[in-house]
Amino acid sequence: MLSYVLRRLAWSTATLFVMSLLVFAGVYAIGNPVDLLINPQADQAEIARATALLGLDRPLWEQYWLFFCGALGGDLGISFAASVPAITLILERMPATLELALTAMLIAITLGIPLGLLAGLRPRSWLARSIMALSTLGFALPTFWVGLMLIMVFSVQLGWLPTTGRGATVDVFGIPLSIFTADGLRHLLLPATTLALFKLALLIRLARAGTQDAMLQDYVRYARAKGLSERAVVRSHVLPNILIPIVTVAGLELGSLIAFAIVTETVFAWPGMGKLLIDSINVLDRPVIVAYLLATVCLFILINLLVDLLYAVLDPRVQAGDTQ
Amino acid sequence: MTAASAPANILAAQYGRDRIALVAFWLLMALFCAAIAAPWIAPQNPYDLAQLDILDAKLAPGATSSTGLSYWLGTDDQGRDMLSAILYGLRISIAVGIASTVLALGLGLTAGLIAARAGGWIDGLIMRVVDLQLSFPAILVALILLALTGQGIDRIILALVVVQWAYYARTVRAAALVEMRKEYVDAAVCMGVGNARILLRHVLPNVLPPVMVVATVQIAQAIALEATLSFLGLGLPITEPSLGLLIANGYAHLLSGKYWISFFPGLALLVTIVAINLVGDRMRDLLNPRLR
Repeated sequence: MLSYVLRRLAWSTATLFVMSLLVFAGVYAIGNPVDLLINPQADQAEIARATALLGLDRPLWEQYWLFFCGALGGDLGISFAASVPAITLILERMPATLELALTAMLIAITLGIPLGLLAGLRPRSWLARSIMALSTLGFALPTFWVGLMLIMVFSVQLGWLPTTGRGATVDVFGIPLSIFTADGLRHLLLPATTLALFKLALLIRLARAGTQDAMLQDYVRYARAKGLSERAVVRSHVLPNILIPIVTVAGLELGSLIAFAIVTETVFAWPGMGKLLIDSINVLDRPVIVAYLLATVCLFILINLLVDLLYAVLDPRVQAGDTQ
Repeated sequence: MTAASAPANILAAQYGRDRIALVAFWLLMALFCAAIAAPWIAPQNPYDLAQLDILDAKLAPGATSSTGLSYWLGTDDQGRDMLSAILYGLRISIAVGIASTVLALGLGLTAGLIAARAGGWIDGLIMRVVDLQLSFPAILVALILLALTGQGIDRIILALVVVQWAYYARTVRAAALVEMRKEYVDAAVCMGVGNARILLRHVLPNVLPPVMVVATVQIAQAIALEATLSFLGLGLPITEPSLGLLIANGYAHLLSGKYWISFFPGLALLVTIVAINLVGDRMRDLLNPRLR
């Protein structure tokens, strides 16, 4: 187990290092930031001074080293647009994104597992077919289109829910959250549903496949043979067995929810990191783009690492199989 | 001739037993034809400014223009016929989807076959790159690339190839490793057949069909991803508006109740994606020996 953990940690560190190299090379080596920052009428001497001031006259490896040391200390540069440290902007917006992603995951899990279970228990019924059709649609529908249609129906036509923004928030341990106010919940409902739909489709398939598989196993046959009711068989034998892969996938998919939140946040003007990224790309605010990328990469690596370790604890075969 | 067409006929007959999949197939063919024939069947050229009349802006579906042209799906804020814009947009979306998938498939096949055959550090290197890339969602990777390289049809195809190739490389490598343990490969090696020939003439034909089916569904994914990126304003430029950009243009008017500017391009996108998915799923079921 220890060697597995160490190997996994080494891989995570290597990933982070490679990603920081790629981000650095991509954002700093393509195009010259001096052109954007300096007055276009500047003469050669002024350009040279600005270049030296930004450290752009040094060799690339030295620039990377300075960037790397700064990043380790949490210094990712100052936002061109907002004139505050980029990392501060990201950290301010992070709670909104995490709240949205976690609410979406909660919706996907609480609906996906029961629906998938139902579809798996009676695969030929009309109910199962409808659930699977819903799942197919969930996979096929582009997120932003679903968001637009939800706004069109529930906000514009019916006028039940607000179109955009985050609504009222309350501070919980100093972090502003929408989920605990009625107004915030009304604002959260549509974006979270939009974001959840794809994961819901995925969890329905997983739960259904797991249920169908489990129903054929010997332990289900013996549970029935000893006279347990169908409900008890499902509750205490089928459900715990299908939960292991679902928990893993739900964890892994959390990262992709954070990435897809970029789209949902843009549609619903949800003030999270994703919207910040798109706004920053539009005004070429490089330090914020870099800060977003590195923050997201760290989040991803952390999530992947935790899920892999959790999986190794849940399923000992992983440790043995990993060396192959 | 008969030997080659017989399995295809059986496949076609089996395919037709699923009526929904059959409808999806013909729908898809119709969409493809409409996309290819867009310049000839569209009521107007939506990007020829001389044909647009600003007085016809934001007309509801079914309205008639001053010149007697019927706008079946309404017009956008510049007086552009939405039906024409959708036909042209469909053309761009489908072209980008197919081009990027074919290129990614080619790259993934090459990398996967090389990794499987070479083994050792080459295999290790390729698969680590694949692992690294697949640990990040496609949308994030594509967004970063487009943010760095800027807009353009070539850039978005590049971004879509980059996000897709790793998936094929992993699938092809796994399939090729299974094939290479089989006796016909041993036989070919014993006969002194060279590496390249074994890969291309013996392993590739056995690896290709399942990967092609995956690729069919991937075209839908590529179209959806391109639409999403264009919606975010990072995909195609305004001079080459795909369906995603049309939807983005209509977004502002959606809130004032002028739904058609966003709704109809979205519907076209949706029908295309669902049809491709249904056809791909049916093909996968037919070609999957485990389900027979």
